[in-house]
Amino acid sequence: MKVAISVNGSQVGADVEDRTLLVHFIRDVAGLTATNTGCDTSSCGACTVLLDGRSVKSCTVLAAQADGHEVTTVEGLAPGPDQMHPVQRAFRAEHALQCGFCTPGMVMAAVSLLAENPSPTEEEIRSALEGNLCRCTGYHNIVRAVLAAASERGGS
Amino acid sequence: MSIVGTRVVRTEDPRLLTAGGSYVEDLRVPELAGAAWATFVRSPIAHARITGVDASAAARAPGVIAVLTAADMDDLGPPPPPPPGGGGEAPVPLGGPWAEPLLAADRVRFVGEPVAVVLTEGRYQGEDAAELVSVDYEPLPAVVGVEAALAGQTLLFPGTGSNVPITAGGQADDAIFDGCDVVVERTIVNQRVAPVPMEARAAAARWADGRLTAWLSTQAAQLGRFVMAGVLGLDPAAVRVITPDVGGGFGAKVGVDRDALVIAWAARRLGRPVRWAETRSENLVAMTHGRGQRQVIKIGGRKDGRILAYRLHVVQDAGAYPRMSGFLPFLTCMMASGPYDIAHVQTAYQVVVTNTTPTGAYRGAGRPEATAAIERAVDLFAAEIGLDPAEVRRTNLVPPDRFPYQTAGGARYDTGDYAAALDQVLSAAGYADLRAEQARRRERGDVVQLGIGLSSYVEITAADAAGGETARLVVHPDGTATVYTGSSAHGQGHHTAWAMLVQDELGIEMAKVTVVHGDTDLIPRGTGTYASRSLQIGGAAVHVAAADVREQARRVAADLLEASEADLELDAERGLWHVRGDPEAAMTWAQVASHASAEGLAASVNYTGGQPTFPFGTHLSVVEVDTQTGKVRVLRHVTVDDAGTIISPVLAEGQRHGGIAQGIAQALLEEVVYDGQGNPVTGTLADYAVITSAELPSFELLAKQTPTTANPLGAKGIGEAGTIGAVPAVQNAVIDALSHRGVRHIDMPLTPARVWAAINGTGVIL
Repeated sequence: MKVAISVNGSQVGADVEDRTLLVHFIRDVAGLTATNTGCDTSSCGACTVLLDGRSVKSCTVLAAQADGHEVTTVEGLAPGPDQMHPVQRAFRAEHALQCGFCTPGMVMAAVSLLAENPSPTEEEIRSALEGNLCRCTGYHNIVRAVLAAASERGGS
Repeated sequence: MSIVGTRVVRTEDPRLLTAGGSYVEDLRVPELAGAAWATFVRSPIAHARITGVDASAAARAPGVIAVLTAADMDDLGPPPPPPPGGGGEAPVPLGGPWAEPLLAADRVRFVGEPVAVVLTEGRYQGEDAAELVSVDYEPLPAVVGVEAALAGQTLLFPGTGSNVPITAGGQADDAIFDGCDVVVERTIVNQRVAPVPMEARAAAARWADGRLTAWLSTQAAQLGRFVMAGVLGLDPAAVRVITPDVGGGFGAKVGVDRDALVIAWAARRLGRPVRWAETRSENLVAMTHGRGQRQVIKIGGRKDGRILAYRLHVVQDAGAYPRMSGFLPFLTCMMASGPYDIAHVQTAYQVVVTNTTPTGAYRGAGRPEATAAIERAVDLFAAEIGLDPAEVRRTNLVPPDRFPYQTAGGARYDTGDYAAALDQVLSAAGYADLRAEQARRRERGDVVQLGIGLSSYVEITAADAAGGETARLVVHPDGTATVYTGSSAHGQGHHTAWAMLVQDELGIEMAKVTVVHGDTDLIPRGTGTYASRSLQIGGAAVHVAAADVREQARRVAADLLEASEADLELDAERGLWHVRGDPEAAMTWAQVASHASAEGLAASVNYTGGQPTFPFGTHLSVVEVDTQTGKVRVLRHVTVDDAGTIISPVLAEGQRHGGIAQGIAQALLEEVVYDGQGNPVTGTLADYAVITSAELPSFELLAKQTPTTANPLGAKGIGEAGTIGAVPAVQNAVIDALSHRGVRHIDMPLTPARVWAAINGTGVIL
């Protein structure tokens, strides 16, 4: 079927199999490979993107369901490495990533969390990110990064 | 001021945060244009004879290019012979009668074993077609668990006459317990867990002009090349292995698995590139698992707390094929007595095969198992004589004036102050106050009880230091530098740390230093990243190469400045060469390197001068146990992890954090479970309980540095401290919370069901 999705502000249209997952559309059709697939049971959150501004696991959304909607991936969060989003900056400052595989999904989940709750407590952050697995950091610095990003945004 | 020891943010991060890494599945390189997609057909049965494979329906399915089985592998030689001496102590597969095929031919030995590979134009077509491959299995009784393996009623390899490929160690002799006031013996389980790197296994392969290029998600590109060349019958020079970004490994990506070897072979067979990325459900049954030991611990000593004798007997579950799992109990036994000075220590082990996924290295690889055993033993002993577990530890720790300390197990502990680490943790945690709070809750009969658990440890890192590591450092004519390292980052931050080392030694700013790893054409010799060896061996290689370049530069600068070499000084703060006493007339690295040659200055090092090192520390965990539900909550986790000189505190803390989380996960949540027929019960991430942010507290890390003399950096390994220290601290804490109710031991993972059963004396359920 034909779908047209706005990905990071650019219209991407293609004729895809009905069963095409949004994550595969993003990676293989739109050619944006930052968004990763870490499982096949919607458990890990590596594929988290924003769909009309809210976080979704893109392995659990069909491309067809996103037809006519707006998707934002980590590539669309900031103009480039020199002008990072506050959450990206905080992840770097707090060493909240190691291998980087969960990172794009984790960053998008954090962005979504802060949109809903600009001043979360540590416990609220831990609860909100429960669906995003990281095997490297033990989450310690991810939590600190989200707290730091919230603090920076609150102060600006 | 030196950059070493300062809090530098990573150079890797801007790319990973804004564009994402480039993992094998992300590669969009022209060499892989038109690649076929590979999907494995895996055994759904733990143990069976294969009586037929019918791929005709699959071959007719849309997009199918080929379906390949073991019968198509007529272009490969026999499996490699067993290594000399039987390989009992070597981290290599046993081979010979225990050899593991690339694709199962006439027999499958675990659920997930690859039987065929389907090559298709597209990914979804592969999943469809793999379903259509019809394999006839004649089921055999499955051997599940070490008891069934030892019983030997069914053999995995009938020709060997046994399920026990390796037996090592001396006969048990109870005379070592003569003179003990108290002796405690217990059988405990160090359960099988799954490494779960967030990037599962992946490979891509392309042949051109008889030469193979393989992109592998691996921790050791050069080892991968060596194995690949051997299996495919090639000169290693005809194989180029490229390691792009690797999404975690934790020991399970050392080298190259059979699946990736099949990809390389299939690409040759097809005459077109092939790529593969496994699903998580495949990963959980087909990538090696870790741990998997049944341990019998016996400890004896005096009522004043002095431990006199300790015995450890290990049965290692190797899974279906003894890959490197013979090495794991060897290390466990070597480190059996931990940080304690015990007069009599006996160890022995057996390695058994079972109809389950093969086991291998997982963050700690044999050492967490040693620590878990001795730390449980010490707590059992302390409980038996009614002394505080902290006091019993202090009584028995190797004192600081005994280093280097030779153990009964054959290790030579380099440097340490074990009691200082214990006291630092007790003080920071407020141990006396915690005990007082515990007493109050017990007195009140609170539903939620408090537990305090300790773990003092010493571990071995860079056990294979003699294998060395390579570094090539080039200072280019424009004053920038490139480091080619044989070490292989997969999240550790080598690019940052190696650049820090160059800046420290030469004064070339980090921003001007590029670090290259994981391409065997650029770096033909290298060892890789495992065993917490990277900094102390690979980093030392960079350090030595930088010192070499510095001395070359001194000669060049002397020539430029028309001064004697002895009078030349490098201002490592500014990266400038000048004559002593005349800092104004200084030469930049660009001037020196461009004067040296058109290529600049370069040094190549294969650093083999390092020795194994022995990091140590203490973990203290504070938990709450809900006595009505059995639910455990970790409130605090306080640690000293002394890894000698710290080059990058940021990276070192990150290593500790990740390891602690994986340790808490093993103690409380994670376990690979099979049913009695060898069917995996935890075959997806919906079933296998990878720990999440919601189940963890923030960690309290204390700083302590006792440098080693085993390498020029003074550094020990830090990568595995977390899993080694954390597991028994948490397990001991939970048992401590219930000790007043007579609970002495609960096997891991300490799920609510197990804890509840222990509280209620119903025996272990689940």
